[in-house]
Amino acid sequence: MRTAFIQQLVEEARKDEKVFLLTGDLGFSVLEPFINEFPERYLNVGVAEQNMTGIAAGLAMDGWNVFTYSIANFPTLRCIEQIRYDVCYHNLNVKVVSVGAGYAYASLGASHHATEDIGMMRTIPNMIVASPGDPLEARIITTKFVEHNGPCYLRLGKAGEPLVHDKIDTLNIGDGLEVLKGKGTAVLTCGAMLKYAADFIKANEQGFGLYSVPFIKPIDSALLKKIALEYNNIITIEEHQLSGGFGSVVLEAYNDLVQGGELESFPKIKRIGIPDKFISVAGSQEHLRGLAGLNL
Amino acid sequence: MDSISFAKEIRKTILKLVYKAKASHVGGALSMTDILAVLYNGYIKVRPAEPKWEERDMFLLSKGHACTGLYSTLALSGFFTLDELFTYSQNDSRLLSHTSHKVPGVELSTGSLGHAFSVGCGLALSFKRKKNTRKVYVMLSDGELDEGSNWEAILFAPHHKLDNLVAIVDYNKIQSFGSVEEVLNLEPLAKKFDSFGWNAVEIDGHDHAAIENALRAASESKIPTAIIAHTVKGKGVDFMEHELLWHYKSPTEEQFEAAIKQIDQ
Repeated sequence: MRTAFIQQLVEEARKDEKVFLLTGDLGFSVLEPFINEFPERYLNVGVAEQNMTGIAAGLAMDGWNVFTYSIANFPTLRCIEQIRYDVCYHNLNVKVVSVGAGYAYASLGASHHATEDIGMMRTIPNMIVASPGDPLEARIITTKFVEHNGPCYLRLGKAGEPLVHDKIDTLNIGDGLEVLKGKGTAVLTCGAMLKYAADFIKANEQGFGLYSVPFIKPIDSALLKKIALEYNNIITIEEHQLSGGFGSVVLEAYNDLVQGGELESFPKIKRIGIPDKFISVAGSQEHLRGLAGLNL
Repeated sequence: MDSISFAKEIRKTILKLVYKAKASHVGGALSMTDILAVLYNGYIKVRPAEPKWEERDMFLLSKGHACTGLYSTLALSGFFTLDELFTYSQNDSRLLSHTSHKVPGVELSTGSLGHAFSVGCGLALSFKRKKNTRKVYVMLSDGELDEGSNWEAILFAPHHKLDNLVAIVDYNKIQSFGSVEEVLNLEPLAKKFDSFGWNAVEIDGHDHAAIENALRAASESKIPTAIIAHTVKGKGVDFMEHELLWHYKSPTEEQFEAAIKQIDQ
């Protein structure tokens, strides 16, 4: 996903000369294509994410379209107040990019588990939040974020995630995607759980539907309404704490649809996510997902 | 108007604002007044009638709690009306009790300490990359230098040769809950900036000639300049000077009238 991101960012930077990339000293063997082609629009600020985000705000105040890049919690939680106050309150054109969603850096430990970021980033006004499900989604969302003038958060996996979509016709900010049409139960995924869910559904012949919902904010309420009218059960699955994450967003959106008179009621919703805990043993991403109970 | 008279007008306006709104932070607004008076009395490149003028210098008030000083300076300079100024802190006023970028002439909202220095680095970096001659001034409090984020910026600016960046420390020696020396000593502050690669200058922050000389010297420097301005909290009103209490307290009617009288003398 990170490779898809940087390739797309390079393409977009060829068209938009305002694109500026900052890193907090991470991105070895990832960022080089951008650095080599646009040295005047790149800076490694050092291991200093608060400063990076403030600098991004300053650059954006002078017209740049700024991307900040680092891994896991460093470009997000470490500098959450700079994101909230300097970037989002001033509604500046800064895109925060984090690599290593969920347990992507599994064995590196809790410091590198990005498992609370959705909950924190989505509560900040003006911020758009996206967690792509595969490299194709990541590419398209990178383009959309370059085109959007305002704060965005791009929550990427790591390297080597397989493609799930053969092609995507349209994916605009706020769109969800139907991956498999089914009956009875719809599985809604956010981020790189998409591949797991797709494989599970194809291997088990229960006829579940599958929807990839990369945009946590704004959420695709129209798609949720359509799903509610077609299915009796919904399962959300995410590599994030249950509290404040994707499943919470879906529940809130359905409640608002009912409150707003758009739906009479909504299906039963089972939320699969991390049950309010840290994991402090080593293991692969799949192993840690299993320990957290992220299974359909 | 000369800068000394301008400073008197700013001080009286600050006092009127905090008295009328029963607001806090008068001490830290009065301590930086002389620096604002020199900056905005024809030194900094800004256009009051055109606040977003594209070639303007940028002034960021990192110590956002001292906003009455900046608001008064801007209103007296013509960025917005005195009528609007006196809506300060009232319902629906855009003049919040921490510096707000919704106010004409204010570049950045502040209030949480340790933010503006990095934003100033970003602006200075941008002007350098665009080969623009605009300058960036960041006014910091002494207490907020406790924030680690400032030291990230202090490390950054000289490395990237941001000679278009001027940091001004309003060193009034009193922070929120005690003296700087007791809470978290900054000394030797000038040596710290110097060792980080800054052109560190110490001045009397109430001496207008010294302020202007330091600003002029900063514009000649090839490295970023830190002006350590030794100031007095509550400067200009004897019963407010050097007193922690005036970080919080708002003057009574008698105190307000006495304060105005002192400044008029």
